[in-house]
Amino acid sequence: MPIRSLFPDLEPLLPRVSKPIQYVGGELNSRVKDWDCVAVHWALMYPDAYEVGLPNQGVQILYEVLNERVDALAERTYAVWPDLEALMRENGIGQFTVDAHRPVAAFDLLGVSFATELGYTNLLTALDLAGIPLHAADRDESHPIVVAGGHAAFNPEPIADFVDAAVLGDGEQAVGVLTDLVRDWKQDGRPGGRDGLLVRFAATGGSYVPRFYDVDYLPDGRIAAVRPNRPEVPERAVKHTVMDLDRWPYPKAPLVPLAETVHERMSVEIFRGCTRGCRFCQAGMITRPVRERSIDTIGSMVEQGLRATGFGEVGLLSLSSADHSEIGELAKQLADRYEDDKVSLSLPSTRVDAFNIELANEFSRSGRRSGLTFAPEGGSERLRRVINKMVSKDDLIRTVSTAYAQGWRQVKLYFMCGLPTETDEDVLEIAAMSHDVIRAGREATGSRDIRCTVSIGGFVPKPHTPFQWAAMADPETIDRRLRRLREAINADRSLGRNVGMRYHDGQPSLIEGLLSRGDRRVGAVIEQVWRDGGRFDGWSEHFSYARWVGACASVLRGVDLAWFTTRERDADEVLPWDHLDSGLDKQWLWDDWQDALGEFEQDDCRWTPCFDCGVCSNLGTDIQIGPTGRPLLPVLPR
Amino acid sequence: MPRRAPEGPPPPPVVQRLRVRYAKRGRLRFTSHRDFARAFERALRRADVPIAYSAGFTPHPRVSYLGAAPTGVASEAEYLELGLASPVDPDQLCISLDRALPDGLDLVEIVVAGPGSLAERIQASHWRIELPGIEAEQAARALDSFLDRQEIRIERVTKDGRRSVDARGAVLSARTCAEGRAILELVVRQTIPAVRPDDVLAALRAVAGLALEAPPVAVRLAQGPLDDNGGVGDPLAADREAAGSTAPSYQASREAPLPAVPPPRAAAPVQ
Repeated sequence: MPIRSLFPDLEPLLPRVSKPIQYVGGELNSRVKDWDCVAVHWALMYPDAYEVGLPNQGVQILYEVLNERVDALAERTYAVWPDLEALMRENGIGQFTVDAHRPVAAFDLLGVSFATELGYTNLLTALDLAGIPLHAADRDESHPIVVAGGHAAFNPEPIADFVDAAVLGDGEQAVGVLTDLVRDWKQDGRPGGRDGLLVRFAATGGSYVPRFYDVDYLPDGRIAAVRPNRPEVPERAVKHTVMDLDRWPYPKAPLVPLAETVHERMSVEIFRGCTRGCRFCQAGMITRPVRERSIDTIGSMVEQGLRATGFGEVGLLSLSSADHSEIGELAKQLADRYEDDKVSLSLPSTRVDAFNIELANEFSRSGRRSGLTFAPEGGSERLRRVINKMVSKDDLIRTVSTAYAQGWRQVKLYFMCGLPTETDEDVLEIAAMSHDVIRAGREATGSRDIRCTVSIGGFVPKPHTPFQWAAMADPETIDRRLRRLREAINADRSLGRNVGMRYHDGQPSLIEGLLSRGDRRVGAVIEQVWRDGGRFDGWSEHFSYARWVGACASVLRGVDLAWFTTRERDADEVLPWDHLDSGLDKQWLWDDWQDALGEFEQDDCRWTPCFDCGVCSNLGTDIQIGPTGRPLLPVLPR
Repeated sequence: MPRRAPEGPPPPPVVQRLRVRYAKRGRLRFTSHRDFARAFERALRRADVPIAYSAGFTPHPRVSYLGAAPTGVASEAEYLELGLASPVDPDQLCISLDRALPDGLDLVEIVVAGPGSLAERIQASHWRIELPGIEAEQAARALDSFLDRQEIRIERVTKDGRRSVDARGAVLSARTCAEGRAILELVVRQTIPAVRPDDVLAALRAVAGLALEAPPVAVRLAQGPLDDNGGVGDPLAADREAAGSTAPSYQASREAPLPAVPPPRAAAPVQ
């Protein structure tokens, strides 16, 4: 059946909306495949604005992996801004893909990548615009299978009503398995209908299908048990892990947007996973073990990607890029190779040590030395032991002194507020630290013109981390601590005037906390917020705390916003995501939580013996790190 | 504080200057000028163009853009100038740069810059505007009342607030025709601020109540020197002549060239 492009209907609306270029597609390296020549059609969504969604590596990887298959095609769709949403509703235009402007409703699967829970309301907008029933239970065979992925899919319970399935972990191979299942099911004459396909997803596809699990609650509101309601369905859904990243060098030809996006550069992932063990960090916990790309694969990905895109900057991505076993060699060789080509290299760097500055110097050989970023995360040394971020104040001061002495003009420090066991005094130590940084910088350079920016985010406890049991601080406490911190920074005017402070208030974090650790009862809250007009909750100009508080009050029974957020959980509580297996042993997580409260640190298993977090033994995976000792491959003349 | 200076010798000088005509077509007419500039600079890298760079810590490629068509307006005739650090064959460059740009941002012609300033040759633009939902007669009557005025002030919303612009004075000639729907053609003198198709439509609404039911589709057909008949000439003709060739040497256009338009009838003289 030919699928009509919605572009002729959309085009007359575009002059009436802001930044219309984001809706037209046609990006370099985008692909449009013939609809009728493939068996399986994927729409891939990043549920935020195009400018945020386009650079997303997950979507770009799956887009390419799927489009390389002869039996499948993939197109992309993003959240449309409210101005276009209103015009689409007025003119009866459905959610469309930007590649061929095909209606999302016509695809076999809608894969949605959730990097953050604040995209949930945007999922509902897209489903509604597409004409797909909001509730999975109301969909029939004509509707796409809605699959959630990304880090938030490790607790998809709040959106269990709205998604048909969720995939935990790496998507490269998982999308292939689902594609095979859909193709075979169609070839077999769609046995069992939509339900039959979803049983295959759950039984052999490594997917979590929420409707195949029943949740029972205790009278006090806690969960009694989560049990599969079909014999074919496993007790727990398990995460996917791609071993040997050298075999999956995607994206090979990254998309080059015409519209301006949040990352105007090409990214190459140099390793996946992190075992530094920062206790607040969900990404570090759920992406274990560490799997490095080898230096020669990285070298060829950088070269091929630059040729394919023309980007002038390459970011070497990972959760802690300075930890790659060959990062020193890599930095030096890439800097040598691209020095004359006006290609700049960047490393999202957060480690606080002198080595990091050597790397940064290498990357800025012929460029400007503007700002360096470090993330001590906790204000006091005690708090840094709680969160397992092993940085001493002396280390930090030594490191920033070196940085200033070598010509860096500005140091940015990242912290969190609202961490477990945190007191006002812990937060106030950030002020003393920032003053010491300015003093050290003045001493190292002999100049008074030194800048330091302190950037503070609200802590949100996440599933599958040692802090999954922790109580959140309420927004009033956060706001009071931040107010006192600002006063303390400005108390010494001669130092304070060189310190900039950036922060967000505590309210959005509390809602993120509700969505992160919520269970299926939170779905009704999301739907109510969306019906009240909630959109783009990750954007401060669109987020409404009152709307979320109001929806919680009107929809939740027996439990409330505080119950989900500021309540500490016990060891024996069944957590909403206990039936979702990230590989981490719940007992290990609990012990690590107890170690946090006792202020005991945990070392990295790359350099010390295995501490039995459970991932490798449970999932049959292993750490893959170098050094390989191999050089970058020589670049062939063009 | 120690100030670092870029190491090494200053960047190589410009040895060849080129003038480039390009088009913005179809759905990529929604590309803003900034969007185009980013895409073009990436295309320069992809096509391995030996572009010259400015000195300093953040070297900029030597590209200068002439007044760009507004976002959402298509164009067959946009211009920019390039400074290269080593000479290239302009025809070859036209092919490779066109390949390096997305479809819809199309290279039309590249010539070696001759003497004289290109910016000074851009004296007027020829616009063609489709008016959806408007009868040809209605458009013609509205245009008559427009041309009868000496000055028509309209409000333009800019970043800095509202600004009053005369949409009439810069219009040198105009006509309407019908091809299933009403089409307005304009020759507009280059002024500061530039009078754009939207400004003329706002003026038509103000003087004759011409209200469109959907956004118009506008395209710049040409920009260049004004000839004696009030037509818009080719701004690269002088460069081509200086280089000893007479005809456009390469047409990267994927679409058939637009039919030649007879010069629009002269407007009422403006005092």
